[in-house]
Amino acid sequence: MSDNSSNDAYWKANVRIILISLVIWALVSFGFGILLRPMLAGISVGGSDLGFWFAQQGSILVFLALIFNYAWQMNKLDIAHGVDEE
Amino acid sequence: MSQFAINLLFVGASFALYIGIAIWARAGSTSEFYAAGRGVHPVTNGMATAADWMSAASFISMAGLIAFTGYDNSSFLMGWTGGYVLLALLLAPYLRKFGKFTVSEFIGDRFYSPTARIVAVVCLIVASTTYVIGQMTGVGVAFGRFLEVSNTAGLLIGACVVFAYAVFGGMKGVTYTQVAQYCVLITAYTIPAVFISLQLTGTPIPALGLFGDHVASGEPLLAKLDAVVTELGFKEYTAHHADTLNMVLFTLSLMIGTAGLPHVIMRFFTVPKVSDARWSAGWTLVFIALLYLTAPAVGAMARLNISELMWPNGGISGEAVTTEQIANDPEYDWMATWQKTGLLDWEDKNGDGKIQFYNDKNEDLQAMAAEKGWEGNELTKFNRDILVLANPEIANLPSWVIGLVAAGGLAAALSTAAGLLLAISSAVSHDLIKGAINPSISEKNELLSARIAMGVAIAVATWLGLNPPGFAAQTVALAFGLAAASIFPALMMGIFSTKINNTGAVAGMLAGLTVTLVYIFLHKGWLFIPGTNSFTDADPLLGTIKSTSFGAIGAAVNFAVAYIVAGMTKETPAEIKALVESVRVPRGAGAAQDH
Repeated sequence: MSDNSSNDAYWKANVRIILISLVIWALVSFGFGILLRPMLAGISVGGSDLGFWFAQQGSILVFLALIFNYAWQMNKLDIAHGVDEE
Repeated sequence: MSQFAINLLFVGASFALYIGIAIWARAGSTSEFYAAGRGVHPVTNGMATAADWMSAASFISMAGLIAFTGYDNSSFLMGWTGGYVLLALLLAPYLRKFGKFTVSEFIGDRFYSPTARIVAVVCLIVASTTYVIGQMTGVGVAFGRFLEVSNTAGLLIGACVVFAYAVFGGMKGVTYTQVAQYCVLITAYTIPAVFISLQLTGTPIPALGLFGDHVASGEPLLAKLDAVVTELGFKEYTAHHADTLNMVLFTLSLMIGTAGLPHVIMRFFTVPKVSDARWSAGWTLVFIALLYLTAPAVGAMARLNISELMWPNGGISGEAVTTEQIANDPEYDWMATWQKTGLLDWEDKNGDGKIQFYNDKNEDLQAMAAEKGWEGNELTKFNRDILVLANPEIANLPSWVIGLVAAGGLAAALSTAAGLLLAISSAVSHDLIKGAINPSISEKNELLSARIAMGVAIAVATWLGLNPPGFAAQTVALAFGLAAASIFPALMMGIFSTKINNTGAVAGMLAGLTVTLVYIFLHKGWLFIPGTNSFTDADPLLGTIKSTSFGAIGAAVNFAVAYIVAGMTKETPAEIKALVESVRVPRGAGAAQDH
C-alpha cells in the first residue's frame, strides 16, 4: 500500500467525483423528472414534454452514462495515485 | 401445432438448458458456492445480475402498472434503475475489495460486533424470504396458465429445477443459469414489443415508438393516447396527478432499497477485481435498461390498443364493440382465453348487446351514459398483471410468440428466486453456522451445510408459495423497507465514515428498522393481520407519505441515530480505521480473496 497522504488525496478525489455524479443523478430524476417538470413544460418531446421524457427514459440513460463515466474516471485515478490492482 | 404444444416446447427447451448448465457448473468449494470462485467476467456478471434483479414484478407487472396510471408510476422506472447508481458509486467496489462472502459479514467485521452481524442476517432473511414468496407464486401461476397443469404441480416442477442448479452449482451454477435466463426473458419481452411498435408507430424500436407518431392518426402517439383515455373519462396519461412529496419519497425509497438488497449486492463479490465491480454495475444497468426502456412503451401501446379494441368504430362517439364480435371475431379471441382465468371479465349490464368501456366515476361520462342508456362500465374486470402476458394475443401475434412469453415469465421468476435462495442459504451457513455457532467448521462441512440450507430454503419457499400468507402482496414494501432502512445505511456509513462505531451502527440499524416496521404495520396491520391497522395508505399518518414510501425516512433515521450515538460512545479502534482505509483503495484486492 502506498503512503497515507497519497491515499487521502485519492479518497478526496473519489468523493468529489461521487458528489458531482450524485448531484446529476438527483437533478435528472427528482429534478427534471418530477419537481422541475412544470418549468420544462414548454419544451415538447414527441407528444409530451421534456419532464415526461426524463421520468420515463432520459433519467435511465443519464444513470447509465454516470456509472460508466465513474468507472472510467476511477480507473484513471487508481493509476494516477498508484493504487490500481497489479 | 396447438398452442399448448408450442408453450410446452418453449418452456421445456428452456428448462433443459438450465439443467444442462447445472450439470456443467458444479461448485467444488465454498468460494465457488458463495462467489463463483470470483472468476466471473464483468459483462457476464452484469447479465446475471440483471436477471437476478428483474423478477416476475418487472417482467409481468411493471408495464401494467404504468399502462393504467401513466406518468405517476414513473417512480418504478426511475427508482428501480437509479438504485444502481448508488450501488456502483457507494457500495459495490468497496465491498468487492473487502473480499468476503456475505453482506452481513462486512457489517459484522466493520462494526466489530456480532450483534450487528446478527441484526443484518435477520433483516436479510426476512427481506429475502418475503420476496421469494412472490416469485414462487408467480412460477405456479405461469405454469397453470400456459401448461394447463395445476398451480401445485407447476410450482413443484419449478422448485425441482431450481433445486437442481442452485443446490449443486451454488453461485457458480446460479450465475450461468441466470445468463441463459436473461437471454430468454429479454427476447420474450422485446419481440412482442417490436411487433406492436411496428403496428402502431412504424418503428421497430419501442422506446423510440413511444415518442414517435401514431401511424393510423398521424398524431404523436402520446397525444393520441391522452385524447383517447380522456375521452373515456380517465385521467390524462402523461399528466402529473400524484402527490409530489410522496412520489419523490417513493422513488427515493425504491432507489435506496434496490441498492440495499443483499441478493443483488452479493453478485458483485463474484468478479475478479475492484475495477471489474465498477464496470459490472454499468453492464448490469445496460441489461436492465433494455427492458426498462421498453416497458413504458409496452404499457402505453397496450393501453391504446385495448381502448381502441373496445371502441372500434371511431371512439366513444361511435358504437362500442358488440358481444357477438367478442364471441366470433378472432381479433377478440384473447378475451375469452383470459376470461377463463378470472382475471378479465365483462357484463352487458344494460342488455344492448354491446360492451361499453368507460370510467363510470367521471361526472361528464355519467351524464353521457344517462343520455345513451348505459348502466355503468361493462368491462368489469381487467387485472393489470395480464397485460404483458396477454399482449401478444391482443396484438394478434403468431402463437410461437406466446410460447416465448411463457418461457420468459418463468425465467424472470426462477432467476430471482434462485438469487434470493442463495442469499438466504449463505447467510445461514456462513453467517449463522460458521460465524456464530461453529467457527471451526471445515470447508467441506460448510459447503455441505450451505447445500442443506439451500434445500431447506427451497422447501420453505415452495411451501409458502403453495400456501401464500394473505399478506403476500404487501411484503414487497416490507422487503424494500428493510433493505432501505437497515442494510443500505449501515453499509454506506461503514465505508464512508470512520467515526461510526459498533454501538452507533447497531443503534442506527435498530432505529431505522423499528420506525419503518411500525409505520408499515400501522398502515397495513400488525404483522399484516387485516383490521389491526390504525391508518390507511389513502389517508396516511404523516401528511401524504404512504407506507411504501417510508423506507427513505427510515434510512434517514438510521443515519441520524448512528451519528448521534457514535458521537457519545467510545471511538472506533485503530485497527478498524485501518480496515476502512484498506477497503477504500483497490490495490491488494487479489490478496484479500480468501480468508
